[in-house]
This record gives sequence, structure tokens and C-alpha cells, in this order.
Amino acid sequence: MTNRVVVTGLGVCAPNGVNLEAFRNSLENGSSGIRFHEELKNLNFSCQIAGKPNIDEVNLNDYFTNVQLKGLNSSGLVYGVIAGLDAWENAGLQKNETEPDWDSGIVFGTGILGVDKFREAVYKVDQGDVRRLGSTAVIQTMASGISAFLGGMLGAGNQVTTNSSACTTGTEALLMGYERIASGKAQRMLVGSCSDSGPYVWGGFDAMRILPNKYNDHPEAASRPMSATAAGFVPGSGAGALVLESLESALERGAHIYAEVLGGASNSGGQRNGGSMTAPNSAAVQRCITDALKNSGTTAAEIDTINGHLTATTKDPEEIKNWTEALGRKDADFPTINSFKGHFGHCLAASGSIECVGTVLQLAEQKLYGSLNCADIHPEITKHIDSSCIPQSTRDFAAKISAKASFGFGDVNACAIFKAYT
Amino acid sequence: MENQGQLASLTKIIKPYLPDDVAIESVDLNSHFIENLNINSANLVDIVLDVEDEFDIRLENEDMDRMQTVKDALEIIALKTKEKEA
Repeated sequence: MTNRVVVTGLGVCAPNGVNLEAFRNSLENGSSGIRFHEELKNLNFSCQIAGKPNIDEVNLNDYFTNVQLKGLNSSGLVYGVIAGLDAWENAGLQKNETEPDWDSGIVFGTGILGVDKFREAVYKVDQGDVRRLGSTAVIQTMASGISAFLGGMLGAGNQVTTNSSACTTGTEALLMGYERIASGKAQRMLVGSCSDSGPYVWGGFDAMRILPNKYNDHPEAASRPMSATAAGFVPGSGAGALVLESLESALERGAHIYAEVLGGASNSGGQRNGGSMTAPNSAAVQRCITDALKNSGTTAAEIDTINGHLTATTKDPEEIKNWTEALGRKDADFPTINSFKGHFGHCLAASGSIECVGTVLQLAEQKLYGSLNCADIHPEITKHIDSSCIPQSTRDFAAKISAKASFGFGDVNACAIFKAYT
Repeated sequence: MENQGQLASLTKIIKPYLPDDVAIESVDLNSHFIENLNINSANLVDIVLDVEDEFDIRLENEDMDRMQTVKDALEIIALKTKEKEA
């Protein structure tokens, strides 16, 4: 006996919109959140563009107390709290001010948290000034800082934890929260993930030469998933959050239901058979997709649309091929597929959750958002699927079931299956 | 007179660390930071750093242990300031 799980709240702090409405508009209108950053130029980065949420207009006092704001220098934590609290409010839920809510928990992942705060601490420690670190060097830089902050703000009394699986993190968090509710261990789970901004996070990728370096003067064209001229992923940052809830609890309180989570799967390719620290084992990717179908009681034929991982590297054609083989569908019989990374780049640990928010919005609004910068579809992709499967602009779309996958360094995969709720 | 000025400076430092249900007006010489003002013990560390910056002094671990009330803090500030000037 598993409980049905639905999405009742959405929150996002993304490079292309720091609230749900702005984010939705950007996805629909195809406006880009990728900008040139002088700071990266001054530091001699090859790739001087990035996706960074613009929170200048956000009143942080709406989210943090004055004490919490003092010395706060952890961008991922800020994005995560904005997205998480927005999702909770969007679900029509209250903060539990007096007693913890034993039925509400949090799985909020990250790759690395509070890099800028950690840098401050490193300088002080190296100067022999450890006594002047202050009391928040730990809570702003521990990976679970994000779930800990949200847990305290909301008074969550069920499991409160942080997962970490590179670029799979957000989708994995969603599946972990789903399982907790499906198995009856919780009624509500705030799930999501966040990723810091800045040169200390993005520098390592620049050093690997996997970021585009020819678009510094036209950043909006840089992130080109599925394009023949894709030149690497544009580094991003931000946070996405979803409130998952048992159908019973959602109906009982008359909550708005965006979509249902049917289930999913996560696995690893073991860094064998073509899989490595940085490349996926195709057999594992396909197995993850077929396991996700099985676990969610759906079939390949029922998938109407896919939001891929599709980062705009040379691996995109391989991902498409994996989908065709896992689903046993190709050419014009293949479902529609898009990537939101053309809008905001690859938000790393935050990518899965931000893109899950977009995937749920598509189902809720019965739209298919256009995939940016892929008018020149890679010829290796059209060998497997018809070009009409890739929406170049936003259109109405009567979809019932959508698949969302994320893949990460370490050869790890996650795939979630969503269904429109009617 | 100087003590009044120091109390005002100290109160200003304490203000952002007070929980919402503790009024700044309730801070007096006998206020115990943790028991009366409900200041989290971790934040007391930050108050000490702010005091160091404001008065250009350095508090040792034993000073921090001794700093239980507003009056204790003012005494330590006075002592450290005097030591510095000597």
C-alpha cells in the first residue's frame, strides 16, 4: 500500500526569475537569465558568463531575521531559503511557531554550501585569527545548513536532511521526499536543492575546459542544448523547491494541486562500461529510465513529454539516444523533449529541482516551453528523433505524463515521472 | 558619564541579537544575557566580537566566561580600556 503523492507548492530562485511568476514568464517567453559577469573577466576566466539569480530587489528581511542576516555570506543558502519558504507559502501552509509539525519534513540538497563564507573563514584561520570567525561559520558552510535553516524557520518535525549527488541532487531530493510520503512516514515534504554562485564554484569547471568561451559578448546565445554548435554548459546557480504532500492531506485541507508524482528511480553506472567520474554509463541511464517507468506504474507509450538533463555539451546526442533506446520509441514516434538550460544554464546541484519546478508548471498549465538556441539541431540527434519532437517555441500542449531526468558527476542518475492532476 | 555612553554603545550592539519578544527597553545593568534577554549562547560569541570592534579591545576566553550580565560586560570593557590606555 503506497500513498499517492502530489505537488501542492512551488518556489524558485533562478537566474531567469527569482519568484514563480517571473520564472514562469521567462520559460514561456524564452527570455534568458544568462549574463556577462565582470568579476569573471577580471579573474581571467575563459567563460565570463553565468546564470546568477538577481536578488537585488528581494527584501531579505521577509525571509531572515536581522540576527540571521548578520554576516550572512552564503549565496546558496539565501537562494534555498527564498525558494523553500516561497514554496511553503505557495502551498498555503503556515510556519509552525510553537510545536514542531511531526508530519512535515525536508530533503533539501546541495553540492557545496557557503563557499564565500568558507573563504572568509580560511583567511581568518590562516592569519591565526580563528577566535574571530564568529558563531555562524559552521552553520553557513555545513552542507545541511540549508535544510537546518529551513527546518528551524518552518518548525519541521519529520526527517530534515540534505542530500548530495552532484547535478542529480535536486531530482534525487524529490524522489527521496516522494518515497517518504508514499511509504507513510510523512504527510508533507519540502524538497529541493540549491547551489552557490561565484568564481569559487564555477572555477573548477572553467579549468576543465567544458564551458563555452566564445559567447562572452553575446551571453544569451551561449547555452545551446541539443544544438550542432553547442560548446559546453553555461555555469548557473540558484534554488528550486516543491512541497510534496500525500493526496489525502492535500484534499483534506483543500490545497491547490499542481501535479502528481507517480514515482521514479535513481541509480549509478558504477563508472563501468563507458561510465566514469564525469561521463555516464549509458546502460545505467537507460536502466534508470525503465526502472522509473516500472516504479511509477506507467509505460513508455504513455510518456507525452520529457525534460532532459541536456546540458549543451557533446553528450546531448548520447542522452537522446539513451532515451530512444530506453523508451523503445524513435523518429516521429518519440515524445516531445526540451531543455530549460538554454534559459538559465546549468545550475549544478540546483538544476534538478529548478527544472522539476518547470516540468510541473508545464503540466499544470498544459504548455510546452520552447527549448532555446537549438534551431540548428545536432545531426546526431536527428538520426534518432524527428526534429518536430523538439519545440523551438512555447505552445499549448495537452500532456498527461512527463518524465524528468538528471545525471551527475560520479555516474549517478535520477528520473522522476509526473502526471497532470485532473 | 562615560559609563552611560558605554551602556548606550553596548545596548546598540545587543539590539540586533534580541529575540522578537524581548524589548530593547528591558535591557538594564542587571540583565543576564542568556537568562533575561534570551540571547542564544552562540550569538554571545558574536556580541563579544562586536564589543571588541566597537571599543578596540580584546576579550580573552576567561573574560567571555565572566561576561554574564550587562554590568559584567561594562566592567570588562572599562578594565580593558584602562589597560589599553596604561
